[in-house]
Amino acid sequence: MTLERRGFLASVTAGAFTLAWSGRAEANAITGDAAPSELGIWAVVHPDDRIVVRIARSEMGQGTATGLAQLVADEMDADWTRVGIEFVAPHVNLAAKRAWGEMSTGGSRGIRASVDYVRKGGAAARAMLIQAAAAQWGVPASECTASLSTVRHEKSARWLRYGELAAAAGKLPVPTDVAVKKPSEWTIIGKSVKRLDTVDKLSGRQMYGLDVQLPGMLNGAIAQCPVFGGKLVSFDAKAIAAMRGVRHVLAVGDTAVAVVADKYYQAKTALAKLPIVWDEAGHGNVSSAGIATFVASGLDAAEAGIGLRQGDARAAIATAAKKIEATYGTPFLAHATMEPMNCTALVTADSVEVWVPTQNGDASLAAAAEAAGVKLDRAKVHKMLLGGGFGRRGQQDYTRLAVTLAKQIPGTPVKLVWTREEDIQHDFYRPITQCKLTAGLDAAGTLTGLHMRLSGQSIMAFASPATLENGVDPRMFQSASAEEFGYHAIPNLLIGHAMRNTHVPVGPWRGVNTNQNAIYIECFIDELAHAAGKDPLEFRRALMGRNPKNRAILEAVAAKAGWGTPLPAGVHRGLCQNHGYGSYVACVAEVSVSAKGDLKIHRLVAGTNPGFAVNPQQIDAQIDGSFAYGLSALLYGEITIEKGRVAEGNFDTYQVARMADMPKVETIIVPTGDFWGGVGEPTIAVAAPAVLNAIFAATGKRIRQLPLKNQDLRRA
Amino acid sequence: MITLQVNGQTRQVDVDPETPLLWVIREWLGMTGTKFGCGIAQCGACSVHIDGEVMRACSVPVGSVGTGKITTIEGLSPDGLSHKVQQAWLALDVPQCGYCQSGQIMAAAALLAHTPKPTDAEIDEAMTNICRCGTYNRIRAAIHSAAG
Repeated sequence: MTLERRGFLASVTAGAFTLAWSGRAEANAITGDAAPSELGIWAVVHPDDRIVVRIARSEMGQGTATGLAQLVADEMDADWTRVGIEFVAPHVNLAAKRAWGEMSTGGSRGIRASVDYVRKGGAAARAMLIQAAAAQWGVPASECTASLSTVRHEKSARWLRYGELAAAAGKLPVPTDVAVKKPSEWTIIGKSVKRLDTVDKLSGRQMYGLDVQLPGMLNGAIAQCPVFGGKLVSFDAKAIAAMRGVRHVLAVGDTAVAVVADKYYQAKTALAKLPIVWDEAGHGNVSSAGIATFVASGLDAAEAGIGLRQGDARAAIATAAKKIEATYGTPFLAHATMEPMNCTALVTADSVEVWVPTQNGDASLAAAAEAAGVKLDRAKVHKMLLGGGFGRRGQQDYTRLAVTLAKQIPGTPVKLVWTREEDIQHDFYRPITQCKLTAGLDAAGTLTGLHMRLSGQSIMAFASPATLENGVDPRMFQSASAEEFGYHAIPNLLIGHAMRNTHVPVGPWRGVNTNQNAIYIECFIDELAHAAGKDPLEFRRALMGRNPKNRAILEAVAAKAGWGTPLPAGVHRGLCQNHGYGSYVACVAEVSVSAKGDLKIHRLVAGTNPGFAVNPQQIDAQIDGSFAYGLSALLYGEITIEKGRVAEGNFDTYQVARMADMPKVETIIVPTGDFWGGVGEPTIAVAAPAVLNAIFAATGKRIRQLPLKNQDLRRA
Repeated sequence: MITLQVNGQTRQVDVDPETPLLWVIREWLGMTGTKFGCGIAQCGACSVHIDGEVMRACSVPVGSVGTGKITTIEGLSPDGLSHKVQQAWLALDVPQCGYCQSGQIMAAAALLAHTPKPTDAEIDEAMTNICRCGTYNRIRAAIHSAAG
């Protein structure tokens, strides 16, 4: 690190936007106190004992920043009440040869993929503080102990606070051979501490990307070609040139046009009146009906990629006493983050600076530099707190568009904000898939073979076709892979995918393919249990001998929910399990369906085994939240394509779950302490299948096409 | 010129009267705690109080406010933390991303002002704001907690 210390500290973060403290009595920013000291790259200690933990991942509500701070602070033996966080800026990480590691935040990896190196960072800081105290006292470091931000030498009854040691500790070399604590020694990891980033979210002070204000800043509104793959042909700038506040009307690349005005309201009002001609690139006749037929063609196609094969499923099913078949389907979905897409960019002749809510700071940096046509080391990215991510903000389209626009107004910062309609209609959607499942039961009702054929769109084929493995996208088999599938005792098994790609852009959506695959597998297993005349829990248990962790969480949740015990009249249960993002999860739903077909979800009991539970109350919050997101998809979620474009435009046509839709959620967290699993995504996959199986119990109807808004739930 | 009463202060803005109150608050008055989420009164991220009634500012033309007393999240309590709804939100760690929470808090404060002890059904009816992180159950618990 060659930067001057104080200057380096100031340059690590995006400014005062992102500093948060657990001690609420503290001012919410570093004031001009005596110089703080860096102890390695992860922790900064102030003379007044405040500790700032640096966070490389993005915080979008999932609580990763608080969890990561717990990991570092525990290894430091820090006083948690004086711990705060700051976010590392991507250009600072780049300049330091990516010392803080990967910044990309997705796949529920924030904690589980950083857990080793951030804990070592905390342990190194602790070792430096102890070394500094030992040197000051002239005693061996081995005689010193640390706790609550204090180093003690018991023999001489002396102690020093971390703040008093920080300056000397900061001058020591950073040890690299430190050991981390055993789980039994943890004092902060595993505790339900409060989040570190709450206070400013209660007062309106929290700054998001949408709230960026810079001197001389102009505001842009954008319209992209409504038909995917289409291009901008022309626009009539003169028609709106006289409107109040309008400064520029500019093409943005060859697919979009933007109005730039003094105020965003002026820009979007003028844009709505701008005459624009689009080239629909031949996609103007594509519809959801046509896409459905195309996807269905893969269900019986000869060619398919194989995800999992054992025994001979086709032969077993052909000779079975009883053959069962069903076809399921799920639609495209938009993310609809609460904060619409936005990015603020300032471009000069040889530099670019962006303020952006991003799940992937490294990718934002690369996208900004490329769009501005400047070298990577001339780009700066200020990561703003995200008003929701869910996978959408791992994409960098909105960064590129903002930079491409701002480049045409050099020296002037431009904040580009999308309307909700633009956000819904220009997403990277959860891919559409259908699934045909075929199975054979023997005379005793034992499952002898299962064939699962997926057909539909691949994210990998859209985003990075070069990484397909012999034409196969392995992520299509999430929760249906050799590692994650829960029923390996099925003797004959074949799981395949026929790729059917459309012109609609697709991308990761919280839980990605686990959502759809869990519905297909867990609802069909439920169908098989009923066909075999067996209890759905017992039928599953018999297939889970080789999957003890899947079975354990299913049994724990079933017990918690009182599976098999009487329910109030009209209330029925369904259950399911899944393994995704490293964690084992299960759910029991209790629902009733009225004579008119109205669904009421009374209660969801959920369980997760994430290996280790860093902050149980935040895991609880993520389960609750993932269910709200999963139930939105189950109840309402559907993006339809008409004339090559998205038909839905805002929350009136793209409805999502609200308070009244939300059932009571009870959670159990049963970490087995032998692996690190994810938290943000795993449980979303079990919300829908548990409810669908309960709907069958209530009505005798198998719902195989989502969302439920299109289905008649009246008793069969 | 339009004269507004905002958080106890008189403010004047040179703006077309049909401009939605949301954008006047955010862009002319520079207060960004009130959020843009949909623009069609669906999501509630822009919720403010006008004479104590919760309104979705994205769909209120500024010219229609007249002498109505506007309260935004910035004016709910003197320190941004001491209103009983903010205290309950803090105690239960309600926010996740936090983007919708200004609106949720304003809606809850208005609900409790009119209905000091709301039932679950009354909460369902009043709290129609969207939260994509899914903090609904903690919001419900916090409202009950604030109601005492």
